[in-house]
Amino acid sequence: MSFYASFGTVLLLLAVTAPTALLFGFFGASAARSHIAPLRWLGKGYTAIVRGVPDIAFFLFFVIALDQAFEYVRHKTLCSDWTEPVRQGNDFVVCAAAKLPLSTSPQWVHETYGFILAVLTFAIVFGAFAANVLYGGMRAVPHAQLQTGEAYGMTQRQVFWRILMPQMWVYALPGLSNLWMILIKATPLLFLLGVEDIVYWARELGGSKSSAFSYPHPDWRIYYFLGLLVFYLAMTKISEIVFEKLMDRLNLGQATTGGKSLAGGSA
Amino acid sequence: MSCIETIQNYAFRSMGFGERLLPRSDFTLCDQFTLIGSGLIWNVYFGVLALCLGFFLAVAVAMAKASKNPFFRVPAEWFIFIFRGSPLFIQFFFAYELFVLLPKLGTDINLGFVEITVETRWLTKAWLGALIVLFLNTAAYSGEIFYGALKSIPKGDVEAADAYGITGWPRFKKIIWPTMLRLAWPAYTNEAIFLFHATTLVFFSGFPSWQQRGDALYYANYFADKTFNPFVPYPILAFYFILLTLCVIGIYGMINKRLNRHLPENQVRRIKVRPQIIR
Repeated sequence: MSFYASFGTVLLLLAVTAPTALLFGFFGASAARSHIAPLRWLGKGYTAIVRGVPDIAFFLFFVIALDQAFEYVRHKTLCSDWTEPVRQGNDFVVCAAAKLPLSTSPQWVHETYGFILAVLTFAIVFGAFAANVLYGGMRAVPHAQLQTGEAYGMTQRQVFWRILMPQMWVYALPGLSNLWMILIKATPLLFLLGVEDIVYWARELGGSKSSAFSYPHPDWRIYYFLGLLVFYLAMTKISEIVFEKLMDRLNLGQATTGGKSLAGGSA
Repeated sequence: MSCIETIQNYAFRSMGFGERLLPRSDFTLCDQFTLIGSGLIWNVYFGVLALCLGFFLAVAVAMAKASKNPFFRVPAEWFIFIFRGSPLFIQFFFAYELFVLLPKLGTDINLGFVEITVETRWLTKAWLGALIVLFLNTAAYSGEIFYGALKSIPKGDVEAADAYGITGWPRFKKIIWPTMLRLAWPAYTNEAIFLFHATTLVFFSGFPSWQQRGDALYYANYFADKTFNPFVPYPILAFYFILLTLCVIGIYGMINKRLNRHLPENQVRRIKVRPQIIR
Protein backbone atom coordinates (compact mmCIF):
# COMPACT_ATOMS: atom_id res chain seq x y z
CA MET A 1 0.00 0.00 0.00
CA SER A 2 2.78 2.41 0.89
CA PHE A 3 4.28 1.55 -2.46
CA TYR A 4 1.31 3.04 -4.28
CA ALA A 5 1.21 6.00 -1.91
CA SER A 6 4.84 6.71 -2.74
CA PHE A 7 3.86 7.39 -6.36
CA GLY A 8 1.73 10.13 -4.83
CA THR A 9 4.81 11.39 -2.95
CA VAL A 10 6.68 11.74 -6.22
CA LEU A 11 3.80 13.53 -7.93
CA LEU A 12 3.37 15.80 -4.93
CA LEU A 13 7.06 16.62 -4.98
CA LEU A 14 6.83 17.53 -8.65
CA ALA A 15 3.74 19.65 -8.08
CA VAL A 16 5.27 21.55 -5.17
CA THR A 17 8.81 21.86 -6.48
CA ALA A 18 8.05 23.14 -9.97
CA PRO A 19 6.45 26.45 -8.84
CA THR A 20 8.98 26.91 -6.04
CA ALA A 21 11.89 26.37 -8.40
CA LEU A 22 10.29 28.75 -10.87
CA LEU A 23 10.05 31.35 -8.12
CA PHE A 24 13.70 30.86 -7.19
CA GLY A 25 14.59 31.04 -10.86
CA PHE A 26 12.59 34.21 -11.29
CA PHE A 27 14.42 35.93 -8.45
CA GLY A 28 17.74 34.60 -9.71
CA ALA A 29 17.12 35.88 -13.21
CA SER A 30 15.90 39.25 -11.97
CA ALA A 31 18.98 39.53 -9.77
CA ALA A 32 21.26 38.58 -12.65
CA ARG A 33 19.98 41.47 -14.79
CA SER A 34 19.74 43.95 -11.95
CA HIS A 35 21.44 47.34 -12.14
CA ILE A 36 22.98 46.94 -8.71
CA ALA A 37 26.33 45.22 -9.10
CA PRO A 38 26.49 43.02 -5.95
CA LEU A 39 22.98 41.76 -6.61
CA ARG A 40 23.95 40.95 -10.19
CA TRP A 41 27.04 39.07 -9.05
CA LEU A 42 24.94 37.14 -6.58
CA GLY A 43 22.48 36.10 -9.27
CA LYS A 44 25.18 35.11 -11.73
CA GLY A 45 27.30 33.33 -9.14
CA TYR A 46 24.29 31.33 -7.96
CA THR A 47 23.55 29.99 -11.43
CA ALA A 48 27.20 29.40 -12.29
CA ILE A 49 28.04 27.36 -9.21
CA VAL A 50 24.96 25.16 -9.21
CA ARG A 51 25.55 24.37 -12.87
CA GLY A 52 29.19 23.46 -12.50
CA VAL A 53 28.78 20.87 -9.76
CA PRO A 54 26.89 17.56 -9.95
CA ASP A 55 23.32 18.05 -8.74
CA ILE A 56 23.45 14.96 -6.56
CA ALA A 57 26.28 16.52 -4.55
CA PHE A 58 23.99 19.46 -3.90
CA PHE A 59 21.20 17.17 -2.81
CA LEU A 60 23.42 15.46 -0.28
CA PHE A 61 24.90 18.77 0.84
CA PHE A 62 21.79 20.89 1.26
CA VAL A 63 19.81 18.36 3.24
CA ILE A 64 22.35 18.41 6.05
CA ALA A 65 23.31 22.04 5.59
CA LEU A 66 19.74 23.35 5.65
CA ASP A 67 18.88 21.19 8.63
CA GLN A 68 21.87 22.49 10.55
CA ALA A 69 21.21 26.07 9.51
CA PHE A 70 17.62 25.91 10.77
CA GLU A 71 18.66 24.31 14.03
CA TYR A 72 21.45 26.82 14.48
CA VAL A 73 19.12 29.78 14.05
CA ARG A 74 16.58 28.29 16.45
CA HIS A 75 19.36 27.52 18.88
CA LYS A 76 20.53 31.12 18.83
CA THR A 77 17.05 32.51 19.37
CA LEU A 78 15.53 29.96 21.75
CA CYS A 79 18.42 29.13 24.06
CA SER A 80 20.53 32.24 24.27
CA ASP A 81 21.90 31.23 27.66
CA TRP A 82 23.60 28.14 26.23
CA THR A 83 27.35 28.71 26.46
CA GLU A 84 28.90 25.59 24.94
CA PRO A 85 29.92 25.75 21.28
CA VAL A 86 27.59 24.16 18.75
CA ARG A 87 30.32 22.21 17.00
CA GLN A 88 32.07 19.92 19.46
CA GLY A 89 34.59 17.91 17.51
CA ASN A 90 32.57 15.71 15.23
CA ASP A 91 29.23 16.50 16.79
CA PHE A 92 26.65 19.11 16.12
CA VAL A 93 24.98 19.91 19.42
CA VAL A 94 22.01 22.18 19.92
CA CYS A 95 19.75 22.46 22.91
CA ALA A 96 16.72 20.19 23.03
CA ALA A 97 14.25 23.00 22.39
CA ALA A 98 16.01 23.90 19.14
CA LYS A 99 15.86 20.39 17.69
CA LEU A 100 13.92 20.32 14.47
CA PRO A 101 11.55 18.54 14.47
CA LEU A 102 11.16 18.29 18.23
CA SER A 103 12.05 14.86 19.50
CA THR A 104 8.61 14.62 21.09
CA SER A 105 6.67 15.23 17.90
CA PRO A 106 4.95 12.33 16.15
CA GLN A 107 6.32 10.36 13.22
CA TRP A 108 4.44 12.18 10.49
CA VAL A 109 6.04 15.47 11.49
CA HIS A 110 9.46 13.93 10.98
CA GLU A 111 8.45 12.64 7.57
CA THR A 112 6.93 15.95 6.53
CA TYR A 113 10.02 17.81 7.69
CA GLY A 114 12.21 15.52 5.60
CA PHE A 115 9.95 16.10 2.65
CA ILE A 116 10.06 19.87 3.05
CA LEU A 117 13.85 19.78 3.20
CA ALA A 118 13.86 17.76 -0.01
CA VAL A 119 11.54 20.25 -1.71
CA LEU A 120 13.74 23.17 -0.67
CA THR A 121 16.84 21.41 -1.94
CA PHE A 122 15.23 20.61 -5.27
CA ALA A 123 14.00 24.18 -5.52
CA ILE A 124 17.45 25.62 -4.90
CA VAL A 125 19.14 23.41 -7.48
CA PHE A 126 16.48 23.63 -10.15
CA GLY A 127 15.94 27.30 -9.39
CA ALA A 128 19.44 27.92 -10.71
CA PHE A 129 18.65 26.12 -13.94
CA ALA A 130 15.34 27.96 -14.21
CA ALA A 131 17.11 31.27 -13.57
CA ASN A 132 19.33 30.52 -16.50
CA VAL A 133 16.43 29.74 -18.79
CA LEU A 134 14.40 32.77 -17.70
CA TYR A 135 17.44 35.02 -18.06
CA GLY A 136 17.78 33.82 -21.65
CA GLY A 137 14.06 34.36 -22.18
CA MET A 138 14.24 37.91 -20.85
CA ARG A 139 17.12 38.72 -23.15
CA ALA A 140 15.31 37.26 -26.15
CA VAL A 141 12.43 39.72 -25.94
CA PRO A 142 13.10 42.27 -28.72
CA HIS A 143 14.91 45.20 -27.21
CA ALA A 144 13.11 47.68 -29.44
CA GLN A 145 9.85 46.86 -27.66
CA LEU A 146 11.33 47.74 -24.28
CA GLN A 147 12.69 50.97 -25.67
CA THR A 148 9.31 51.80 -27.16
CA GLY A 149 7.80 51.32 -23.72
CA GLU A 150 10.33 53.70 -22.22
CA ALA A 151 9.75 56.20 -25.00
CA TYR A 152 6.07 56.27 -24.07
CA GLY A 153 7.06 57.28 -20.56
CA MET A 154 6.73 53.97 -18.74
CA THR A 155 8.91 53.50 -15.70
CA GLN A 156 11.41 50.63 -15.46
CA ARG A 157 8.96 48.71 -13.33
CA GLN A 158 6.09 49.19 -15.75
CA VAL A 159 8.22 48.08 -18.68
CA PHE A 160 9.20 44.98 -16.74
CA TRP A 161 5.69 43.96 -15.71
CA ARG A 162 3.74 45.00 -18.78
CA ILE A 163 6.09 44.26 -21.67
CA LEU A 164 8.88 41.93 -20.59
CA MET A 165 6.98 39.56 -18.32
CA PRO A 166 4.12 38.55 -20.64
CA GLN A 167 6.44 37.94 -23.56
CA MET A 168 9.41 36.18 -22.05
CA TRP A 169 7.49 32.96 -21.40
CA VAL A 170 7.29 32.06 -25.06
CA TYR A 171 11.04 32.32 -25.41
CA ALA A 172 11.67 30.53 -22.17
CA LEU A 173 9.23 27.67 -22.74
CA PRO A 174 11.49 25.27 -24.68
CA GLY A 175 14.07 25.55 -21.91
CA LEU A 176 11.47 25.22 -19.20
CA SER A 177 9.96 22.13 -20.77
CA ASN A 178 13.39 20.55 -20.86
CA LEU A 179 13.84 21.55 -17.24
CA TRP A 180 10.60 19.83 -16.33
CA MET A 181 11.89 16.65 -17.97
CA ILE A 182 15.09 16.89 -15.96
CA LEU A 183 13.06 17.47 -12.82
CA ILE A 184 11.01 14.35 -13.48
CA LYS A 185 14.17 12.38 -14.00
CA ALA A 186 15.70 13.74 -10.80
CA THR A 187 12.85 12.62 -8.55
CA PRO A 188 14.25 9.14 -7.82
CA LEU A 189 17.12 10.92 -6.09
CA LEU A 190 14.63 11.55 -3.29
CA PHE A 191 15.59 8.10 -2.15
CA LEU A 192 19.06 9.36 -1.34
CA LEU A 193 17.60 12.16 0.75
CA GLY A 194 15.97 9.69 3.06
CA VAL A 195 12.39 10.13 1.89
CA GLU A 196 10.58 6.84 1.53
CA ASP A 197 9.78 7.13 -2.16
CA ILE A 198 9.16 4.61 -4.91
CA VAL A 199 12.77 3.51 -5.21
CA TYR A 200 12.82 2.75 -1.51
CA TRP A 201 9.64 0.70 -1.67
CA ALA A 202 10.70 -1.06 -4.85
CA ARG A 203 13.81 -2.25 -3.05
CA GLU A 204 11.97 -3.17 0.12
CA LEU A 205 9.05 -5.00 -1.47
CA GLY A 206 11.00 -6.57 -4.30
CA GLY A 207 13.72 -8.10 -2.20
CA SER A 208 12.99 -11.54 -0.81
CA LYS A 209 14.13 -10.36 2.58
CA SER A 210 13.72 -6.79 3.75
CA SER A 211 14.54 -5.04 6.99
CA ALA A 212 11.12 -5.82 8.44
CA PHE A 213 9.75 -8.95 6.79
CA SER A 214 10.83 -11.85 4.70
CA TYR A 215 8.53 -12.39 1.78
CA PRO A 216 7.55 -15.76 0.36
CA HIS A 217 8.51 -14.74 -3.15
CA PRO A 218 12.03 -14.76 -4.58
CA ASP A 219 13.91 -11.65 -5.62
CA TRP A 220 11.41 -9.55 -7.58
CA ARG A 221 13.29 -6.29 -7.51
CA ILE A 222 13.95 -6.45 -11.21
CA TYR A 223 10.20 -6.42 -11.97
CA TYR A 224 9.62 -3.53 -9.61
CA PHE A 225 12.38 -1.54 -11.26
CA LEU A 226 11.01 -2.42 -14.66
CA GLY A 227 7.70 -1.00 -13.48
CA LEU A 228 9.40 2.21 -12.37
CA LEU A 229 11.15 2.46 -15.72
CA VAL A 230 7.82 2.24 -17.51
CA PHE A 231 6.25 4.74 -15.09
CA TYR A 232 8.93 7.32 -15.84
CA LEU A 233 8.79 6.70 -19.57
CA ALA A 234 5.05 7.30 -19.50
CA MET A 235 5.54 10.49 -17.46
CA THR A 236 8.01 11.95 -19.95
CA LYS A 237 5.87 10.97 -22.92
CA ILE A 238 2.79 12.64 -21.45
CA SER A 239 4.69 15.81 -20.58
CA GLU A 240 6.12 15.94 -24.08
CA ILE A 241 2.65 15.92 -25.59
CA VAL A 242 1.33 18.53 -23.14
CA PHE A 243 4.22 20.88 -23.82
CA GLU A 244 3.73 20.57 -27.55
CA LYS A 245 0.11 21.65 -27.15
CA LEU A 246 1.09 24.49 -24.82
CA MET A 247 3.72 25.75 -27.24
CA ASP A 248 1.20 25.83 -30.07
CA ARG A 249 -1.16 27.80 -27.89
CA LEU A 250 1.45 30.33 -26.69
CA ASN A 251 2.84 30.85 -30.16
CA LEU A 252 -0.45 32.30 -31.37
CA GLY A 253 0.10 35.89 -32.37
CA GLN A 254 3.78 35.99 -31.41
CA ALA A 255 6.54 37.39 -33.55
CA THR A 256 8.60 34.21 -33.47
CA THR A 257 9.20 31.75 -36.27
CA GLY A 258 6.81 29.30 -34.64
CA GLY A 259 4.11 31.95 -34.48
CA LYS A 260 4.68 32.99 -38.05
CA SER A 261 4.50 29.47 -39.37
CA LEU A 262 1.28 28.98 -37.45
CA ALA A 263 -0.21 32.19 -38.82
CA GLY A 264 0.85 31.19 -42.32
CA GLY A 265 -0.67 27.78 -41.87
CA SER A 266 -4.07 29.05 -40.77
CA ALA A 267 -4.33 31.79 -43.37
CA MET B 1 50.93 11.86 10.00
CA SER B 2 52.22 14.49 7.67
CA CYS B 3 50.44 15.47 4.52
CA ILE B 4 53.01 13.81 2.27
CA GLU B 5 52.45 10.51 4.06
CA THR B 6 48.71 10.88 3.70
CA ILE B 7 49.09 11.41 -0.01
CA GLN B 8 51.36 8.36 -0.26
CA ASN B 9 48.87 6.24 1.66
CA TYR B 10 45.62 7.37 0.15
CA ALA B 11 46.28 8.86 -3.29
CA PHE B 12 45.32 5.60 -5.00
CA ARG B 13 43.04 4.29 -2.28
CA SER B 14 40.07 4.20 -4.65
CA MET B 15 41.92 1.71 -6.86
CA GLY B 16 42.80 -0.50 -3.94
CA PHE B 17 46.41 0.54 -3.39
CA GLY B 18 47.81 1.92 -0.16
CA GLU B 19 46.35 1.88 3.32
CA ARG B 20 43.41 -0.51 3.78
CA LEU B 21 41.55 1.37 6.48
CA LEU B 22 40.08 4.75 5.80
CA PRO B 23 40.87 7.44 8.37
CA ARG B 24 38.38 7.12 11.21
CA SER B 25 38.91 10.19 13.37
CA ASP B 26 40.79 13.49 13.43
CA PHE B 27 40.14 14.21 9.79
CA THR B 28 42.52 16.79 8.45
CA LEU B 29 41.89 18.92 5.42
CA CYS B 30 44.69 17.01 3.75
CA ASP B 31 42.91 13.66 4.33
CA GLN B 32 39.79 14.95 2.73
CA PHE B 33 41.53 16.52 -0.25
CA THR B 34 43.56 13.38 -0.93
CA LEU B 35 40.76 10.84 -0.62
CA ILE B 36 38.19 12.81 -2.56
CA GLY B 37 40.78 13.43 -5.25
CA SER B 38 41.55 9.73 -5.26
CA GLY B 39 37.89 9.00 -5.80
CA LEU B 40 37.89 11.37 -8.74
CA ILE B 41 39.96 8.77 -10.63
CA TRP B 42 36.79 6.69 -10.93
CA ASN B 43 34.76 9.63 -12.22
CA VAL B 44 37.38 10.32 -14.87
CA TYR B 45 37.58 6.62 -15.76
CA PHE B 46 33.82 6.27 -16.23
CA GLY B 47 33.46 9.59 -18.01
CA VAL B 48 36.33 9.22 -20.46
CA LEU B 49 35.63 5.61 -21.42
CA ALA B 50 31.88 6.10 -21.74
CA LEU B 51 32.39 9.20 -23.90
CA CYS B 52 35.01 7.62 -26.17
CA LEU B 53 33.03 4.42 -26.75
CA GLY B 54 29.67 6.16 -26.75
CA PHE B 55 30.72 8.53 -29.51
CA PHE B 56 30.78 5.75 -32.11
CA LEU B 57 27.48 4.22 -31.07
CA ALA B 58 25.97 7.71 -30.99
CA VAL B 59 26.95 8.38 -34.59
CA ALA B 60 25.56 5.00 -35.61
CA VAL B 61 22.29 5.66 -33.74
CA ALA B 62 21.97 9.12 -35.29
CA MET B 63 22.49 7.72 -38.78
CA ALA B 64 19.99 4.95 -38.08
CA LYS B 65 17.39 7.40 -36.81
CA ALA B 66 17.83 9.56 -39.90
CA SER B 67 17.59 6.60 -42.27
CA LYS B 68 14.48 6.01 -44.33
CA ASN B 69 14.48 2.28 -43.70
CA PRO B 70 12.14 1.61 -40.74
CA PHE B 71 14.17 -1.50 -39.96
CA PHE B 72 16.95 0.80 -38.73
CA ARG B 73 14.91 3.82 -37.74
CA VAL B 74 12.44 2.29 -35.32
CA PRO B 75 14.99 0.55 -33.05
CA ALA B 76 17.09 3.73 -32.95
CA GLU B 77 14.04 5.80 -32.00
CA TRP B 78 13.13 3.39 -29.21
CA PHE B 79 16.69 3.21 -27.96
CA ILE B 80 16.87 7.00 -27.68
CA PHE B 81 13.42 7.26 -26.14
CA ILE B 82 14.05 4.65 -23.47
CA PHE B 83 17.41 5.97 -22.37
CA ARG B 84 16.47 9.64 -22.54
CA GLY B 85 13.01 9.20 -21.09
CA SER B 86 13.90 7.41 -17.88
CA PRO B 87 16.11 8.48 -15.00
CA LEU B 88 19.70 7.30 -15.08
CA PHE B 89 19.33 6.37 -11.44
CA ILE B 90 16.59 3.84 -12.22
CA GLN B 91 18.60 2.55 -15.16
CA PHE B 92 21.47 1.78 -12.83
CA PHE B 93 19.22 -0.09 -10.42
CA PHE B 94 17.54 -2.01 -13.20
CA ALA B 95 20.79 -2.93 -14.90
CA TYR B 96 22.31 -4.12 -11.65
CA GLU B 97 19.37 -6.39 -10.87
CA LEU B 98 19.46 -7.69 -14.42
CA PHE B 99 23.16 -8.44 -14.29
CA VAL B 100 22.81 -10.21 -10.95
CA LEU B 101 20.24 -12.56 -12.46
CA LEU B 102 22.51 -13.58 -15.31
CA PRO B 103 23.96 -17.08 -15.00
CA LYS B 104 27.50 -17.07 -13.72
CA LEU B 105 29.56 -18.08 -16.70
CA GLY B 106 33.17 -17.76 -17.63
CA THR B 107 34.87 -18.03 -20.99
CA ASP B 108 38.56 -18.18 -21.64
CA ILE B 109 39.86 -15.85 -24.26
CA ASN B 110 43.29 -16.57 -25.60
CA LEU B 111 45.10 -13.41 -26.61
CA GLY B 112 48.17 -15.30 -27.80
CA PHE B 113 50.50 -14.27 -25.02
CA VAL B 114 48.10 -14.21 -22.10
CA GLU B 115 44.86 -16.00 -21.29
CA ILE B 116 42.01 -13.98 -19.81
CA THR B 117 38.92 -15.44 -18.24
CA VAL B 118 35.91 -13.32 -19.12
CA GLU B 119 33.16 -13.76 -16.57
CA THR B 120 29.60 -12.53 -16.46
CA ARG B 121 30.26 -11.84 -12.79
CA TRP B 122 32.18 -8.76 -13.88
CA LEU B 123 28.93 -7.21 -15.00
CA THR B 124 27.77 -6.89 -11.41
CA LYS B 125 30.89 -4.92 -10.55
CA ALA B 126 30.77 -1.20 -10.97
CA TRP B 127 33.78 -0.96 -13.26
CA LEU B 128 32.06 -2.87 -16.05
CA GLY B 129 28.34 -2.87 -15.28
CA ALA B 130 28.04 0.83 -14.57
CA LEU B 131 30.31 1.60 -17.50
CA ILE B 132 27.93 -0.22 -19.84
CA VAL B 133 24.94 1.71 -18.51
CA LEU B 134 26.76 5.04 -18.83
CA PHE B 135 27.96 4.08 -22.30
CA LEU B 136 24.44 3.30 -23.54
CA ASN B 137 23.06 6.38 -21.80
CA THR B 138 25.52 8.82 -23.31
CA ALA B 139 25.15 7.14 -26.71
CA ALA B 140 21.41 7.84 -26.58
CA TYR B 141 21.81 11.48 -25.53
CA SER B 142 24.58 12.27 -28.00
CA GLY B 143 22.77 10.27 -30.67
CA GLU B 144 19.88 12.69 -30.34
CA ILE B 145 22.29 15.64 -30.53
CA PHE B 146 23.96 14.30 -33.66
CA TYR B 147 20.57 13.54 -35.18
CA GLY B 148 19.54 17.15 -34.59
CA ALA B 149 22.76 18.34 -36.22
CA LEU B 150 22.22 15.99 -39.13
CA LYS B 151 18.81 17.53 -39.70
CA SER B 152 20.18 21.07 -39.61
CA ILE B 153 22.90 20.61 -42.22
CA PRO B 154 22.25 23.36 -44.80
CA LYS B 155 20.35 21.86 -47.69
CA GLY B 156 22.44 23.86 -50.14
CA ASP B 157 25.62 22.05 -49.08
CA VAL B 158 24.18 18.64 -49.81
CA GLU B 159 22.61 19.80 -53.06
CA ALA B 160 25.91 21.30 -54.17
CA ALA B 161 27.57 17.95 -53.53
CA ASP B 162 24.88 16.23 -55.57
CA ALA B 163 25.37 18.71 -58.39
CA TYR B 164 29.09 17.93 -58.50
CA GLY B 165 28.36 14.23 -58.64
CA ILE B 166 29.61 13.51 -55.13
CA THR B 167 27.38 10.79 -53.74
CA GLY B 168 27.36 7.89 -51.33
CA TRP B 169 30.36 7.38 -49.11
CA PRO B 170 32.49 10.32 -50.37
CA ARG B 171 29.55 12.65 -49.83
CA PHE B 172 29.14 11.43 -46.27
CA LYS B 173 32.84 11.58 -45.51
CA LYS B 174 33.57 14.96 -47.09
CA ILE B 175 30.37 16.94 -46.59
CA ILE B 176 27.90 15.48 -44.11
CA TRP B 177 30.25 14.13 -41.45
CA PRO B 178 32.36 17.29 -40.88
CA THR B 179 29.34 19.58 -40.97
CA MET B 180 27.41 17.36 -38.58
CA LEU B 181 30.27 17.35 -36.08
CA ARG B 182 30.74 21.09 -36.38
CA LEU B 183 27.08 21.83 -35.75
CA ALA B 184 26.73 19.33 -32.95
CA TRP B 185 29.89 20.19 -31.10
CA PRO B 186 28.69 22.91 -28.68
CA ALA B 187 25.80 20.71 -27.58
CA TYR B 188 28.05 17.69 -27.38
CA THR B 189 30.36 19.59 -25.03
CA ASN B 190 27.41 20.10 -22.72
CA GLU B 191 26.61 16.42 -22.86
CA ALA B 192 30.20 15.59 -21.88
CA ILE B 193 30.05 17.92 -18.87
CA PHE B 194 26.80 16.44 -17.65
CA LEU B 195 28.01 12.91 -18.22
CA PHE B 196 30.88 13.58 -15.85
CA HIS B 197 28.35 14.84 -13.34
CA ALA B 198 26.28 11.71 -13.86
CA THR B 199 29.21 9.46 -12.99
CA THR B 200 28.76 10.44 -9.35
CA LEU B 201 25.55 8.41 -9.26
CA VAL B 202 27.29 5.07 -9.80
CA PHE B 203 28.11 4.18 -6.21
CA PHE B 204 24.83 5.54 -4.88
CA SER B 205 22.73 3.21 -6.98
CA GLY B 206 22.68 -0.58 -6.99
CA PHE B 207 26.34 -1.09 -7.61
CA PRO B 208 28.11 -1.81 -4.33
CA SER B 209 31.48 -0.29 -3.66
CA TRP B 210 33.82 -3.10 -2.92
CA GLN B 211 36.31 -2.61 -0.03
CA GLN B 212 35.30 1.03 0.22
CA ARG B 213 36.69 1.85 -3.17
CA GLY B 214 34.39 4.55 -4.37
CA ASP B 215 34.24 7.68 -6.41
CA ALA B 216 34.71 11.26 -5.27
CA LEU B 217 31.15 11.69 -4.02
CA TYR B 218 31.35 8.40 -2.14
CA TYR B 219 34.28 9.67 -0.10
CA ALA B 220 32.79 13.13 0.32
CA ASN B 221 29.67 11.51 1.67
CA TYR B 222 31.78 9.33 3.95
CA PHE B 223 33.44 12.39 5.48
CA ALA B 224 30.16 14.25 5.78
CA ASP B 225 28.61 11.29 7.60
CA LYS B 226 31.54 10.87 9.96
CA THR B 227 32.10 14.52 10.83
CA PHE B 228 28.46 15.60 10.52
CA ASN B 229 29.84 18.68 8.86
CA PRO B 230 28.93 19.03 5.19
CA PHE B 231 30.65 22.36 4.82
CA VAL B 232 34.12 20.94 4.21
CA PRO B 233 33.94 17.80 2.01
CA TYR B 234 31.27 19.00 -0.42
CA PRO B 235 33.00 22.27 -1.29
CA ILE B 236 36.17 20.24 -1.90
CA LEU B 237 34.18 18.00 -4.22
CA ALA B 238 32.73 21.07 -5.92
CA PHE B 239 36.24 22.44 -6.38
CA TYR B 240 37.41 19.22 -8.05
CA PHE B 241 34.39 19.09 -10.30
CA ILE B 242 34.76 22.68 -11.39
CA LEU B 243 38.37 21.87 -12.32
CA LEU B 244 37.17 18.82 -14.23
CA THR B 245 34.53 20.84 -16.05
CA LEU B 246 37.12 23.45 -17.01
CA CYS B 247 39.35 20.66 -18.40
CA VAL B 248 36.46 19.27 -20.45
CA ILE B 249 35.62 22.72 -21.79
CA GLY B 250 39.29 23.29 -22.64
CA ILE B 251 39.71 20.03 -24.55
CA TYR B 252 36.38 20.29 -26.37
CA GLY B 253 37.10 23.93 -27.12
CA MET B 254 40.33 22.92 -28.86
CA ILE B 255 38.50 20.34 -30.96
CA ASN B 256 35.82 22.90 -31.72
CA LYS B 257 38.48 25.31 -32.94
CA ARG B 258 39.89 22.67 -35.23
CA LEU B 259 36.46 21.73 -36.60
CA ASN B 260 35.77 25.38 -37.38
CA ARG B 261 39.22 26.31 -38.64
CA HIS B 262 37.98 27.12 -42.16
CA LEU B 263 35.36 29.60 -40.98
CA PRO B 264 35.89 33.32 -40.41
CA GLU B 265 36.20 34.26 -36.75
CA ASN B 266 32.74 35.77 -36.34
CA GLN B 267 30.87 32.74 -37.64
CA VAL B 268 32.34 30.28 -35.18
CA ARG B 269 29.80 29.21 -32.59
CA ARG B 270 31.31 29.67 -29.18
CA ILE B 271 30.95 26.88 -26.66
CA LYS B 272 28.90 27.87 -23.69
CA VAL B 273 26.51 26.11 -21.41
CA ARG B 274 23.09 26.38 -22.94
CA PRO B 275 20.23 25.35 -20.70
CA GLN B 276 17.99 24.24 -23.55
CA ILE B 277 20.13 21.24 -24.26
CA ILE B 278 21.18 19.94 -20.90
CA ARG B 279 20.28 16.35 -20.27
